[in-house]
Amino acid sequence: MSRDSTTRVLSVAFLLCLVCSILVSAAAVGLSERQERNKIEEKRKNILQAAGLYDAGQSVEAQFSKIQPRIVDLQTGLFSAEIDPASFDSRAAAREPATRYLIPAERDLAAIKSRSRYMEAYLVMADGQLQQLILPVYGKGLWSTMYGFIALADDFSTVNGFAFYEHGETPGLGGEIDNSSWKKQWPGKKIYDDSGTLRIDVLKGMVDRDSADAIYQADGLAGATLTARGVGNLLKYWLGEDGYKPFLSRLKTEGVKP
Amino acid sequence: MSSAKDVLLDPLFNKNPIGLQILGICSALAVTSKLETVVVMALAVTFVIAGSNVSVSLLRQQIPGSIRIIVEITIIATLVIIVDQFLKAYAFGISKQLSVFVGLIITNCIVLGRAEAFAMKNPPGLSFLDGIGNGLGYSLVLLIVAFFRELFGAGKLLGFTILSTTNEGGWYLPNGLMLLPPSAFFIIGLLIWALRTWRTEQVEEEG
Repeated sequence: MSRDSTTRVLSVAFLLCLVCSILVSAAAVGLSERQERNKIEEKRKNILQAAGLYDAGQSVEAQFSKIQPRIVDLQTGLFSAEIDPASFDSRAAAREPATRYLIPAERDLAAIKSRSRYMEAYLVMADGQLQQLILPVYGKGLWSTMYGFIALADDFSTVNGFAFYEHGETPGLGGEIDNSSWKKQWPGKKIYDDSGTLRIDVLKGMVDRDSADAIYQADGLAGATLTARGVGNLLKYWLGEDGYKPFLSRLKTEGVKP
Repeated sequence: MSSAKDVLLDPLFNKNPIGLQILGICSALAVTSKLETVVVMALAVTFVIAGSNVSVSLLRQQIPGSIRIIVEITIIATLVIIVDQFLKAYAFGISKQLSVFVGLIITNCIVLGRAEAFAMKNPPGLSFLDGIGNGLGYSLVLLIVAFFRELFGAGKLLGFTILSTTNEGGWYLPNGLMLLPPSAFFIIGLLIWALRTWRTEQVEEEG
C-alpha cells in the first residue's frame, strides 16, 4: 500500500486522533480533582487575605474553617438557605436568565450589566460573635473586570481589608491595585457616614489627610485614573442600595443569627 | 549528517531560533516580565519540542505527505494540552500568570518548524537532541530578556528585591516600560545586534 493512498491517509489520521484523544482525556480526567482543589484553595486564600487572616505557614483549609460561607439574597438582604454555598458560582449565576438581575443602566456604576441575585458572604465568627464580614465585589477597570473581596468590621462600615484577586489592568500602572502599599491605606476607611449615607470614594490624586472627609477617601493611582475610578465606582455600586446595603442594614439592626 | 553535539549545541548561539530565525517572538514578548514565569514557560516549550520531535521522527516513515502538517500539529497540540493540565494541577499560581500562553505554545513556530524541518528527516535520537537544543536556545533568550525586564521594571529577580523601589520606600524608580511587551522587542533587538556583531556570518546579505 503506498504511503499516500486514501486508505492510508484515513487510517493514519484515525489512529493518530484516537491515540491523542485518549492521552488528552486521560490527563484531563486524571488531574481534574487536583485542579478543582487548587481553584477552591485559591479563592479561599484570597478571602483570607482580604480579611488579613492569611498565614502562609498554615494550610488554607485549616485557616478557612473559621469562616462560614453564606448565600445572601441581595434584594431582601436575607440569608438564603436554598443554595449550597459550596457549589454556588456567582459568575455563572450572573449569566443565567433564571438567577440574574439586569442592572438598570443609570445604576450600573460598576459597568457589569448584570449580576447574580444571590451573592456569597463570608462570616468570620469567634465565640458566636461576628468579627468580620467578607464580601465579593467586582467591576470594570480600564481594560478588564476586576474581581476582589472587601472585608468589613462588625460595624458594617469600617474596612478591614480590600484586595483584588483577578484583573487584567496594565502592569505597573493600573496593576498597582495589587501594590501592598496602596492596599495598606484601606483598613480603617469608612464606607458610610453616621447617617448611613454611602461616602466611600477613590480620588484622583492624593487624599488631603487634614480634611474631615479623609476617612471616606482613598488615594488614586498615578497614571491609572480610569482604573482608580473603576475601583471607586464598583465599591459605590456593591455597597449601595442596589448591592449589599439592604443586607448590611439588616445585619446592623437585627444582628447575625446563626 | 551533523554530529550529535552540533545538533544539541548549535541552537544556542550559531542557529538560535529566536536570534537567527526570529521565530517564537510572540511568547518571548508576552511572558518575559518575570523570571519565574519564564522558567516554567521555557521548561514547557523544551518538553513540547523534544516530545513532538521524537514522536514525529518515530512516525516519519508512516506519515502520508499530504497530511503531514496536520499530523504534526495534532501531536504538538496533544503535548501542549497535557502540559497545560499538569501546570493547572501542580503549579496553579504560575499557570494562572501564564494563562493563554501555555495554550499558545501550539502555535509557537519553533515547535512546528523543528518537527517539519528536522524530525521528518532524522532518526528519533538526533531529533530528541535537536528538540532539547532548540528548547534551550529559546530558553536562553527568554531568560536574558526576563532578567533585564524584571530587574529594571520591578527591581526584583525571581521575586526577591534587588533594587528597592520607591513604591516600597527605596531609592529605585522602576522603569514602567520594562513591564510592557514592547521592551522585550528592544531587548531582543539588542541581543540580535550583539549576537551578529560577535558571529558576523549570521548577518544577512544585503540584496
